[in-house]
Amino acid sequence: MRQGLLASPQARERLAFWLLRIALAIVLFPVLFILAYMVMRGAPGLTWEFLTAVPRSGMRAGGIFPAIIGTVYLVIGMLLVALPLGVFAAIYLSEYAHPSRWTRVIRLAIVNLAGVPSVVYGLFGLGFFVMFLRLGTSIAAGALTLAIMSLPIIITATEEALRSVPASFRQVAYSLGATRWQMVRTAVLPYALPGILTGAILGVSRAAGETAPILFTVAAFYLPRLPQSIFDPAMTLPYHLYVLATQIPNVPARVTYGTALVLVGLVILLNLAAIIIRAHFRRTRQW
Amino acid sequence: MEILVRISGFASILFVALIFLFLIKEGIRLFGTVTPWAFLSGRSWYPISTPPQFGALPLIIGSLYVTLGALVIAVPLSLASAFYIAEVARGARKELLKSTIELLAAIPSVVIGFIGMTVLAPWVRQLFHLPTGLTALTGAMTLAFMAAPTIISITEDAITAVPRAYREGALALGATRWQTMYRILLPAAAPGIVAAVMLGIGRVIGETMAVMMVTGNASVIPTSLLQPVRTLTATIAAEMGETVRGSDHYYALFAIGIVLFVITFIVNWCADFFLHRERR
Repeated sequence: MRQGLLASPQARERLAFWLLRIALAIVLFPVLFILAYMVMRGAPGLTWEFLTAVPRSGMRAGGIFPAIIGTVYLVIGMLLVALPLGVFAAIYLSEYAHPSRWTRVIRLAIVNLAGVPSVVYGLFGLGFFVMFLRLGTSIAAGALTLAIMSLPIIITATEEALRSVPASFRQVAYSLGATRWQMVRTAVLPYALPGILTGAILGVSRAAGETAPILFTVAAFYLPRLPQSIFDPAMTLPYHLYVLATQIPNVPARVTYGTALVLVGLVILLNLAAIIIRAHFRRTRQW
Repeated sequence: MEILVRISGFASILFVALIFLFLIKEGIRLFGTVTPWAFLSGRSWYPISTPPQFGALPLIIGSLYVTLGALVIAVPLSLASAFYIAEVARGARKELLKSTIELLAAIPSVVIGFIGMTVLAPWVRQLFHLPTGLTALTGAMTLAFMAAPTIISITEDAITAVPRAYREGALALGATRWQTMYRILLPAAAPGIVAAVMLGIGRVIGETMAVMMVTGNASVIPTSLLQPVRTLTATIAAEMGETVRGSDHYYALFAIGIVLFVITFIVNWCADFFLHRERR
């Protein structure tokens, strides 16, 4: 006979649920810790000068303005390529293609693109965009590399958004004599827009934080001026943090943590925006 | 417009093919000087000594060590968390937990590596009285947290997808919710859970920046988790900047890229297979 605390199934359930709670706490603790620690150590370094000046004294002082601008340029370039391509690909999968062997292959390709290690994207970017297409170490090469990497995120989010639009919307458009493309443009896309926006933001957040794909395609160790064209190399936030943390001795903590805080802050804000848009959309949609 | 839609639809296939092609195109040139077998089974990776040695075994074992270590930590914690979120948590708290997990997934790997270096590594060093805190264990712990969001969210989907009738049947027979969870839902969601773990493995093997910053980067075959190791990914990231384009070293790094691509291709293909089996 079982004795004591675990005598009944109900008691065992209570114990089990507490163990689950503890496991979840262990997983969640690092997020809260990282955020709190970043803010604590990084906030003192966040001055106006830090955000708007170029690095000085071997990057141990001054600001991180070129890195911020480099990341912004990269992300814009990435979106210009990946957003149309991703949205069109999702439209094809959701509205045009019938399930067949080819759509299976496309989906497997998307799953694989999502799974390719980020550093392998870096190799590919180096071999294809930098060397083969002769773009050189440049914003263009990096943005294209990041675009291919972000494609699966945008396709998946867009397809989900398209599929959540009720079939009746499509039938109404067809019944009014719309062609398939007119139907997509007027009856489906407008209602999928919040979902597509969420996907785009998540793609941007991923691209802004990645280091490995841009190591050999864009990243400049130290470049105290702004890039002049898309064929220039650029400093970026994640690579700058890597350089500060591992390559340069005696960087003041407020500079390193300040850079990390700016990067994490950017990424977290983007993700919160995505979460809020999604929640708002779920609450207010009328079908 | 229609033609653009169709072309974009097939673009993903084109990109996967291009990636593979370009890895092969550069990587295969190494095999003029080193046989594929010598590359995969060679025990020394000294790419800049004379003559250079390109044995990737220490790197492969380094990746294995870190990956297995990360899985041992991440899988139980993630499954427990997923069950809590899917079956125990309700309402606003459930949404909050899911969003926090998403935020964990969103933190850039270079930031996690930085925290691992500055906070976790000194702690590991003191705890085990080591000369350095940058070890395979530190890498495994760091990667465990990076794999957790992937495993949790896919496992949670798999649990939620189990038909309601299963739960109701179990509860009607007098099972507690916990009994229902581990006797009914766990087996029913098993294919999805396998897929979740596979995708977690893919995430861990491919992770680069964090692992490069916290594992110490010593390309020797490790005998314990408390030694520095160097993974396949970290080798590429750390050495590509210093190679001469067109040298054997440069091709060797692409050859490592082929190994990584093939591993993740297989892992993702398996995960996809299990996910589809679940849907059927």
